[in-house]
Amino acid sequence: MGSTSVNRREVMKRAAAAGLLAVPAVGLLSSCASGGGDENKAEKGEKSKKNPLGVKTDAGLTVYIFNGGYGDKYAQFVTDMYAKKYPKAEPDQKATEKIATQVQPKLVRGKPTADVVNNSGADEMNIGKLVHNKQVADLGEVLDAPSWDDPKVTVRETLVPIVEEMGRFGGKPCYQLNIALTVYGNWYSKKLLEQGLDSEYPKTWDAMLAVCKKAKAKGIHGWSYPGGHPRYMFFSMYAMFAQRGGRDVITAMDYLEPTAWKNDAVKDVFEAWEELVAKKYVLTGFDGTEAHTEMQTAWTKEGKCVFVPDGSWVENEAKDTTPKDFEMTVGATPSLDSGDKMPFGTLYAPAGEPFIVPAKAENRQGGLEWMRMMYSKEAALNLFKEVGSLPVVKGAIDGQQLPSGTASAKAAIEAAGDNIVIPKFFDWYNELFREDFNNMIHKFMQGQIGAKQAMDTMQKASDRILKDPDITKIKKA
Amino acid sequence: MPPRFTPERVRYDRRYRTLDKYRFIVGFLAVPLAFYALFVISPFLQAIYYSFTDWSGGPVANFIGFDNYRKMWNDDRFWDSLRVSTLLLVVAPVVTLVLGMFFAYMITSGGRHRRGRAIAGVAGSSLYKVVYFFPQVLSVAIIAVVWGRVFNTNSGLINGGLDKIGINGPAWLGGDETLGLISLLIVISWSFVGFYVVLFSAAMGSVPQDIYEAALLDGAGRARTFFSVTLPLIWDAVRTGWIYMGIQALDTFAICLVMVPPHVLKVTPVFLYERFRDGQYGYATSIGVVLLVLSMAFSLIVMRVGNRDRIEY
Repeated sequence: MGSTSVNRREVMKRAAAAGLLAVPAVGLLSSCASGGGDENKAEKGEKSKKNPLGVKTDAGLTVYIFNGGYGDKYAQFVTDMYAKKYPKAEPDQKATEKIATQVQPKLVRGKPTADVVNNSGADEMNIGKLVHNKQVADLGEVLDAPSWDDPKVTVRETLVPIVEEMGRFGGKPCYQLNIALTVYGNWYSKKLLEQGLDSEYPKTWDAMLAVCKKAKAKGIHGWSYPGGHPRYMFFSMYAMFAQRGGRDVITAMDYLEPTAWKNDAVKDVFEAWEELVAKKYVLTGFDGTEAHTEMQTAWTKEGKCVFVPDGSWVENEAKDTTPKDFEMTVGATPSLDSGDKMPFGTLYAPAGEPFIVPAKAENRQGGLEWMRMMYSKEAALNLFKEVGSLPVVKGAIDGQQLPSGTASAKAAIEAAGDNIVIPKFFDWYNELFREDFNNMIHKFMQGQIGAKQAMDTMQKASDRILKDPDITKIKKA
Repeated sequence: MPPRFTPERVRYDRRYRTLDKYRFIVGFLAVPLAFYALFVISPFLQAIYYSFTDWSGGPVANFIGFDNYRKMWNDDRFWDSLRVSTLLLVVAPVVTLVLGMFFAYMITSGGRHRRGRAIAGVAGSSLYKVVYFFPQVLSVAIIAVVWGRVFNTNSGLINGGLDKIGINGPAWLGGDETLGLISLLIVISWSFVGFYVVLFSAAMGSVPQDIYEAALLDGAGRARTFFSVTLPLIWDAVRTGWIYMGIQALDTFAICLVMVPPHVLKVTPVFLYERFRDGQYGYATSIGVVLLVLSMAFSLIVMRVGNRDRIEY
């Protein structure tokens, strides 16, 4: 420590040192390098009657399962089936909550270690991008293959039609396959509603407000809102948009049309909810990442609210806190009034839990075969037994004793008939839902913005995505 | 060259001696520098290249010039996140360094004058030194999860405590940006302050006792001693700490991602990560390059602003 002044060179040296310190600040970026487009050396075996997809019997198989509300035991059942049929393959199943973190880097490099992936959860890979980059295999081969239980029937014929529809991205090939039907809507306890409040399920919005008022008199909130995951509100709103204005409204949303979020149907639905929020019928205070669990506990165990916005996984997820006589039930979204274009009972019920097979999977045929087994009657039945959700395989759970929530979901699907609505933009332009709707609806539920601003915000976001060159658009066929 | 093989001609030439000295230094540094170049510098250059492409994770990356930067300029979400990051960059170092300096001063010279020494730490200072450092050894993810629980609206430690004294606690991470920022600042400062306590304690420890004695004889109190003696003498450490903390604040990724719900607020690295997750690799790397430029600019500014004559002792 000798010098009395700092000379220029000293400063430069230190600046350089500080610069080097700054270097790791963006070190995140260094973990990726684009992979080359080398040949796909997928292992193939001989095709035969017993092996219609031509699986190489001794090729290893790696399965990645999202470890969320469904757990991974249902998939282990299929992996065990695979092991039984191909003992030499020694299939390996990995469960993770972070699918993208675990799978994406290797997939991007063109050397995926996974042969079949359950691309789900908060950390799911952007499927639109994977399709655009041709990183996922066309699963049409599975749909065309003879089904596991009856070789005379193709896999396609054993499934409900929306499975293939939802796997398509504006073209013919099908890139993702879902395994379970998810029913979204207003979930409630039949016991609380009918005995506690002496009410019927509200089929109109006025009746809904009346039920909420009744509940308030008893010191219960009519609704609840998981503030940590605002997007849950979508589950109870989406079908109402279609109900109010017909299918055109939701098609416009899917294709990012310039007035998609600006029409009167959207306005009416937002205004209806605005009234519910303004009247303080909504139970709040669930913030943070565990918000949905906290909300579900307040709903099942503590009986603090009547309705929750949720999907049919909730019965399994909340089973530890649900009392025996709770009678969990899902109701379709109420009609606003007689001016609605679609009837009460219109249901937001897509197929869920998407699976993909990487285009360059080392054992691609094995991955396809695993999917074929997933669609077998026994695996579908087991899925139902493990997680209580409705499998997409037709007739797989006929004659089963259904728990209350699942039974009501099945009834809701049957009641809806053709009036099933599915937001395609959910898969195509996920950020519109996961970020923009999520952030907007939070302000809306807090009462910080009203219907008009909600519509403006969503339209602006929709326009932004339309202009974004980084996002592949799906053109209307 | 080893001395035995050095030609007679140049053996006593000063220029050769200089060369010889540097050869020695370079010989030792070559391997680590090569590693550094391979694993840190080269990915950087690659990232800068990718930021000018529309790479989306596939085998193709087309060169698109400044399109990503143009997109960033027009992206409200980016500006929102940058506002939060800049706030952190300005406020977090101030809060953390002031706290760190205060604690370090108390530990080294805040106590009564015992054992005939001019300065001494407060009672139990050796224990405090260890305790302050605890957050440094915890993993960031654990810190984020634990604090997330502490801030929980209904069942968190803070609001639970406030409930006991009859105050209805706010929703810390419930959507209000200011509260979210305060929560984030508390956690960042809490987790880094221990490091700066140790850093400043070491710097203060190297200040000679006799200067303090002289100050004491002249009748300077504790505060006066700190501002007139300690602070000027540890200025170099403060400046280094400032730069380091600023970079840490710009790089607040894990804590924000794990603890703060995305609709409350985002720092720029979280926004970058989300673009990555959506497969917009080119765009994400261009945001990374902007962060790099910001870190560099910040370091240089602090270097310039904090430039003082060094004091000999």
